[in-house]
Amino acid sequence: MDKTKRAETHELLKPQEWVNMYADYLYAYAITRIQNQEQARDLVQETFLSALEGMHRFEGKSSERTWLTAILKNKIIDVYRKRSSGLQMIDVNRAEDEQGDFFSETTGHWNNEHAPQPFGIDHSDPLMSKEFNRILQQCMQKLPALWLSVFSMKHMDDELTDTICAELKISASNFWVIIHRAKVNLRACLQKNWI
Amino acid sequence: MNELNKIRYNCKQATFLIEKKLLGKITLKESVELRIHLIGCDACKLYAKQSDKINRMMQRMFKTVAGKPVTMDEKFKIELQERITDKLNSD
Repeated sequence: MDKTKRAETHELLKPQEWVNMYADYLYAYAITRIQNQEQARDLVQETFLSALEGMHRFEGKSSERTWLTAILKNKIIDVYRKRSSGLQMIDVNRAEDEQGDFFSETTGHWNNEHAPQPFGIDHSDPLMSKEFNRILQQCMQKLPALWLSVFSMKHMDDELTDTICAELKISASNFWVIIHRAKVNLRACLQKNWI
Repeated sequence: MNELNKIRYNCKQATFLIEKKLLGKITLKESVELRIHLIGCDACKLYAKQSDKINRMMQRMFKTVAGKPVTMDEKFKIELQERITDKLNSD
């Protein structure tokens, strides 16, 4: 890219408008993914500052918002990585340990007290749905950091399994163990707090 | 028969396959095993239904910021604006 062309794409960015136009959007994006107000705020700030420094790298192929969101997303993955680093083995071992609680060690069958029960939720009732969502969010917070990171990446951004494994440094088989354990725990937590 | 019983009673394996099927791929053999298990296991049938529902709820939750609109603290926004302006002027 020659200098004049670069200057043109560069001009598509309006950093003076960023706070006004994207701060709330990016903040909401961050907070649903890391559930911590202060950290979310700081990540948005870091995003803007990194973007200012990297303005020359903006090629105008995506919208300004998409470009900023991509920068934020990388920062969120860094947070996931930090939160779960060193805990991988503990988490997975804990996952294995807890299996005894949900399923019989001899048959692999559900233990009676943990067997799924109907939620009896009417999703057409907005208040009921809202309350159920609230409990779901609380239950997610109880998951170990690594599980939650894996889960969030898979469900929120529909990230490829390979990408998640590479970013969080886990093997493919551990990935499925985590997905399974996390869901069994999450479902059990919903059942416990809802019914 | 022994092999079949293992499949029939192993809810741990069945729920594992349910999760793998929801988010990825399972082999033909696994798919047959899961189907055999589900024929005789109401608990896992219910689990499969609920698990799928939970996935969809989570995706919705992440796409629309749940509940009331989230906004950034106004004071922080003003400070942020100042930092950006400073940086732009210093370059």
